[in-house]
Amino acid sequence: MKRFLILVVTAVLLCGCSDSKEAGKDKAPEKELITVGFSQVGSESDWRMASTTSVRSAFEDGDKYNLIYDDAQQKQENQIKAIRKFIDQDVDYILLDPITESGWDSALQEARDSGIPVIVCDRRVAVADNDLYTAWIGSDFELEGKRACEWLKRFFEAQGYTEAVNIVHIQGTLGASAQIGRSAALEAAVRENPTWRLLDQQTGEFTQARGREVMEDMLKHFGDRLNLVFCENDNEAYGAIEAIRAAGRKTGTDIGNGEIMIVSFDSTRKGLEYTLDGTIALNTECSPLYGPRLTELVDALERGEKLSKETFVEEGQFSIYPEVSSTFIDGKNYEVMHLTQEVIDERAY
Amino acid sequence: MSTDSSSLWNKIKSWPLLLPVVALILVMALNILHDVAVGANPLSFFTITLNQTTSGGTILYGRIIDILNRGSEVAILALGMTLVVSSSAGTDISVGSVMSLSASFCCMLLAGFGVTSTNELRVPLIVGVLAAFAMGTLCGCFNGTLVAYFGIQPMVATLILFSAARAIGLLVCNNMIVYIRNATFGAFGAFTGPLPTPIIIAAICIAIVAVVLRKTSLGMYIQSVGINSKASRIAGLNSKRIIFLTYVICGFFAGVAGLVNSSRITSADSNNIGLYYEMDAILAVALGGNSLGGGKFNLAGSIIGAYTIQAITTTLYALGVSTDQAPVYKAIIVVIIVAIQAPPVRAFFRKRANAKAFGKEAAKA
Repeated sequence: MKRFLILVVTAVLLCGCSDSKEAGKDKAPEKELITVGFSQVGSESDWRMASTTSVRSAFEDGDKYNLIYDDAQQKQENQIKAIRKFIDQDVDYILLDPITESGWDSALQEARDSGIPVIVCDRRVAVADNDLYTAWIGSDFELEGKRACEWLKRFFEAQGYTEAVNIVHIQGTLGASAQIGRSAALEAAVRENPTWRLLDQQTGEFTQARGREVMEDMLKHFGDRLNLVFCENDNEAYGAIEAIRAAGRKTGTDIGNGEIMIVSFDSTRKGLEYTLDGTIALNTECSPLYGPRLTELVDALERGEKLSKETFVEEGQFSIYPEVSSTFIDGKNYEVMHLTQEVIDERAY
Repeated sequence: MSTDSSSLWNKIKSWPLLLPVVALILVMALNILHDVAVGANPLSFFTITLNQTTSGGTILYGRIIDILNRGSEVAILALGMTLVVSSSAGTDISVGSVMSLSASFCCMLLAGFGVTSTNELRVPLIVGVLAAFAMGTLCGCFNGTLVAYFGIQPMVATLILFSAARAIGLLVCNNMIVYIRNATFGAFGAFTGPLPTPIIIAAICIAIVAVVLRKTSLGMYIQSVGINSKASRIAGLNSKRIIFLTYVICGFFAGVAGLVNSSRITSADSNNIGLYYEMDAILAVALGGNSLGGGKFNLAGSIIGAYTIQAITTTLYALGVSTDQAPVYKAIIVVIIVAIQAPPVRAFFRKRANAKAFGKEAAKA
């Protein structure tokens, strides 16, 4: 038995030697798999799941990539652990969708010390030294917010509505990039439009349950005055819709006659279904489909190219109300897509 | 006459629920002060109206209803937690995660594994409901075995499921949120007639526990095991089995709370269901004037404690405190409530009261 074991071990060792020699002779790096570690926030929403699917299927090519996926379950410490795990596994690239913006310096420093490029996607990181990550790809949240506010402004102009717009703002998880960008856009718009009044801001933590609770309280607090809800994602909007219906108020765009107008972001399938029946007046997309772009970035790095620090994904905006067909922001024109069932059916998620 | 009123006063003073009830009233009173200050109807916080919903139903509508409704899960959890604290002088910190696992398991069965969104139930609703209860009970058995028969400290034993149950829930749901857009499943979180169903479910749970504790000697057994498990064993009680049983009950109620919570959002959101609920449940027990050192317990106190926590949250909303600052105010209120119930503080006031009474007597003489 012992002799047999020794034989096996020797054989394995020999094979190993010959393998590595051959590999050395061939010098064929394209045959070597590119190992990519992906630390995802979690699976808290349809949107997040679509993003996970997009990245996973983009890196599905088993002959080229080897994707190690890690679900952080909404905890930053899990993500830091995942990064350290990826470093130990000696991956070639790390993809990071950070839960919060802050607190990344030491983990990213460790990755850099090990010579592993980090591509940050979706949410941003705020680090003292921006060279700690190679590139960032994701959405321009402030632009999304600006497009939504610009649409509202033009919509009211088109309707000839000049009365006060009393807005309640259900924010996302405080400190998340999407919350910061979208909130900043709304706050700026409220300052610019004298008839807009921001009655209250509370966080709905991007969840349906909290969105509903917050909306229930706001409805009780402000009563009939309230006529516009600015939700920072679709899940919050679902909760807000439930609360509005339970309170016996109507959703819609006729805010002069007691209807409550809902603005939402993300454009998930369910969110768009609500947009299609007019419950949500405007839904600004936040595209989760950055998987293909990520493979492009990884391939470019493989070829030794230098990446631009920031890449934005293209995003749409959906509504069934034809009053506004495009918005114009900072010298650029953005189309508003008229939502139909076909548009929803054609989408990947 | 004077002796009558003083004996009533003494009765109130020795009423074990005095402080929890006073705390709840004080929190509510903040709202009256606020409403008076802004010139609104002073009782607007307490006003309950019948409201017509958009879909044509009639529901009870008001902040008190909100408190009762949203506090349901914590109240249900507090029932089991009280018994666990009493019997084992420890806390079950896994209840929040077990809620999440039970909900995930239930939704996975109803939707089918790997399905993220469905409008139709794969199996009859009752199967899913019983599965949630069974999963909670199973987790309770696991915790109970570790604590009662392996003698592991409760916090350590329940720490296992605290960290593992939520992850298992994610696994069960294939790492996704399972949406069940079906009104029958949503019924547990919606309205039954004019009343929110969670209130009814909480009331049923409370009634069952109250009846069991009153009609059987279980309550007494649990307390006696908690006061001295060795002496109880010598007196003929199977201490281990009683401790085990309290954890099973606690797990079962975590399953119930998980079902209610996921029914509210008609989905199994493993990451968020029951998040930090274990802390609220433990806090409810403490706010109810129960000692976390085990032994004597007061179930009514824990339930009042659960609604007090929700009342604080709703009050802070009503006062317009922004959500990022709310935890600070919540902490301050909780510290005050816990402090006034602390033995040294109570002893201090008792001493002062006695000294006053003595001074009066002396003056009379």
